[in-house]
Amino acid sequence: MAKPVTLKELSKKEILFASGHRLCAGCGAPIIVKMVLLASDYPLIAANATGCLEVSSCISDYTAWKIPWIHNAFENAAATLSGVETMYRSLKKQGKIDKDIKFIAFGGDGGTYDIGLQSLSGAMERGHDMLYICYDNGAYMNTGIQRSSATPLGADTTTRPAGSVVPGKTEQRKNLTKIMAAHNIPYAAQASPSHWADLVRKVRKALDIPGPKFMNIISPCNRGWRSRTDDAIMLSRLAVETCYWPLYEIENGVTKITFKPREKKPIIDFLKPQGRFKHLFKPDAEDFLKRIQDDIDKEWERLQKEEACFSS
Amino acid sequence: MAKIVAVTGNEAVANALRQVNPDVCAAYPITPQTDMMQRFSGFVSDGKVKTEIILVESEHSSMSACVGASAAGGRVITATSSQGLALMNEILYIASGTRLPIVMPVVNRALSAPLNIHGDHSDAMGARDSGWIQLWSENAQEAYDNTIQAFRIAEHMDIRLPVMICLDGFIISHSIERIEYLEDEQVQNFVGEFKQLYPLLDLAHPVSYGPLILPDYYMEFRKAQAEVNTKVPEVVLDVAADFEKISGRKYGLFETYRLEDAEIGIVILNSAAGTTKDVIDEFRNKGIKAGLLKPRLYRPFPYVETGEALKHLKALCVLDRADSFGSSFSPVYMDIASSLYPYNDKPILINKIYGLGGRDYLPEHAEIVLNELIDIAETGNVKSYKEYIGVRE
Amino acid sequence: MKLKNWKEVNPGSVITEPGSSEKFKTGSWRSSKPIWIEENCIQCLFCWIYCPDNAIKVKDGKRGEFDYEYCKGCGICALECPGKKGNKAIIMVEEGK
Repeated sequence: MAKPVTLKELSKKEILFASGHRLCAGCGAPIIVKMVLLASDYPLIAANATGCLEVSSCISDYTAWKIPWIHNAFENAAATLSGVETMYRSLKKQGKIDKDIKFIAFGGDGGTYDIGLQSLSGAMERGHDMLYICYDNGAYMNTGIQRSSATPLGADTTTRPAGSVVPGKTEQRKNLTKIMAAHNIPYAAQASPSHWADLVRKVRKALDIPGPKFMNIISPCNRGWRSRTDDAIMLSRLAVETCYWPLYEIENGVTKITFKPREKKPIIDFLKPQGRFKHLFKPDAEDFLKRIQDDIDKEWERLQKEEACFSS
Repeated sequence: MAKIVAVTGNEAVANALRQVNPDVCAAYPITPQTDMMQRFSGFVSDGKVKTEIILVESEHSSMSACVGASAAGGRVITATSSQGLALMNEILYIASGTRLPIVMPVVNRALSAPLNIHGDHSDAMGARDSGWIQLWSENAQEAYDNTIQAFRIAEHMDIRLPVMICLDGFIISHSIERIEYLEDEQVQNFVGEFKQLYPLLDLAHPVSYGPLILPDYYMEFRKAQAEVNTKVPEVVLDVAADFEKISGRKYGLFETYRLEDAEIGIVILNSAAGTTKDVIDEFRNKGIKAGLLKPRLYRPFPYVETGEALKHLKALCVLDRADSFGSSFSPVYMDIASSLYPYNDKPILINKIYGLGGRDYLPEHAEIVLNELIDIAETGNVKSYKEYIGVRE
Repeated sequence: MKLKNWKEVNPGSVITEPGSSEKFKTGSWRSSKPIWIEENCIQCLFCWIYCPDNAIKVKDGKRGEFDYEYCKGCGICALECPGKKGNKAIIMVEEGK
């Protein structure tokens, strides 16, 4: 296994996602992109689903990308990149390209969990050599915080607002990482920008594995989460420490939890700083909060058991 | 030396694609196209082409993958029909707006609902404003020839637009006809090497494809795209002239049949033109001056040339294998009417819808229309400007 | 800047200058401003890796000044700064004060 990288080493590399992008102050997405691009020692080509990252990074004559980059539409980043990767294989076979290039797709949760799921599933099943990264901020943030299948239980969104009858989202999140792992791809993982070393290590590992890979990375959005501009890293850390967003990887079918909090924090630590959950802290919402905690406990239990299956 | 074979339209087009030998092909099954990509997949499996094939999970992904592959920097094909073309619709506009020279045979088939797998032109008509060049083909030979020429048109440095080659589902795709094939080497030399202007795979020059363009620039890009369309007819004719040199077969923007001295005429696309020509011969034998115009380059539509070719007629019927619901007339009719609008002296124009969902177009249909045109030319009286023919009333 | 006419725009709206967003200065978005207090800095580089806007210059593995041309003033650096003995090496102050 490659030795862990230090920030000092990483800081000597060129950042291939330039300043001057127009993502909101304190957005999690550019932090993730920066880490992903820094992690790679390979030349990269990226595809991007329509969304915050895409519209903010490439406008008119301005592109923040210093690597070749393509945006096609909302639901087809994986299919688009499968086209790019296939042309690469074709031209390489013909001797027209000699470099080893790696391919990464970036999509938000709307473009990945919802509208782009078929395209992603198809690309993974076909076995293209690509890493698909979902930056999951838990709603359609680009269009103004609408509910997605990645929106957490109880969250207030503009299409499922917490009202006198409806307590925000009443359904659980889709477990996309599990769905992707069920494609029997060689590598699927969850990461968080708070745990940069874990994230960088996973990207490096994924890029070294031939074939389709998937990473789901939590991406705080202070506009949609109704939180402060300075708390993206703090909240993503709390997401990990409460086991709302467990850090794990599934490599060739073997599950490994890559970070276990010494003391699992209660979910309210993650929910409380976020305005999208503030209705859950009214006296009559206790049962709902308990349901959220129960769901997280159950999934964390399940994940640990899954890991235990392989550790003997 | 040309090789003469008896093959179906799908087989002929698949063979043209083999001879062109593209870098990447995206394929997804849909009747009646399925058999074309199936044959091409066979060429891939047998190593007869260098093509890498992507067996996508939908036509939406098919066109999406084509956009990625074409931007990456090589020659790209796919093929579809009907619902598949409709599903691609969103990405058709992205392919043309991004100026990617993708080539796509479209085996024309009706659209749902009701579900129907047979030939009509509703599918390609729904994509007529998508910015793609459309070449229409009467028979398997034309479909084969158009497919080969499509690459040169699409990849021309002044154009760089995607091209669809339309051929009638089942009637042409599944019927065996006599075809003259060119030699592989002739086709290779004819299409030449393709060089993408901004290949995504060029690491030395990293480019960004697909930016967000705000109101300060969007119109400039659209105007540039509109201007490119004005250059297409000339390129189509140049390519046709080169093609004639290797094939002996002549192509224009459209085909005219006994039109020059005609008094009445029919405009009709694709396979039904063949039947119509036979009936026109019968009318000519009776001393009636009937003629035909069959559009080939339907998008961008050569308005001036078409209007010039038709303006002398007394009465003209546009027969369309598709309707345009909610608008006054059917798609081709509206283009023909526009092409004739500038002239003070022009034919009386009527519109018939025929052959939807694979309904047979019979010689008697052409006879009814021609007789009606004779009457209109003589009396100036029009019973009905638009009607469905071959339908139970 | 003079806007290009339709004859001058790139076919297919392809952008051929990588990283050209650097011409777009986002520093004007800032309402509060981070201040680096060098004596409290332990050179952990957390501020550098967590900055969404690459607004912290690092040379030879050493943190330098903020790049106020791009810093949007989110304050992540200040919150994540471990400082030295409880004293932050980055504090936020209101812009213009």
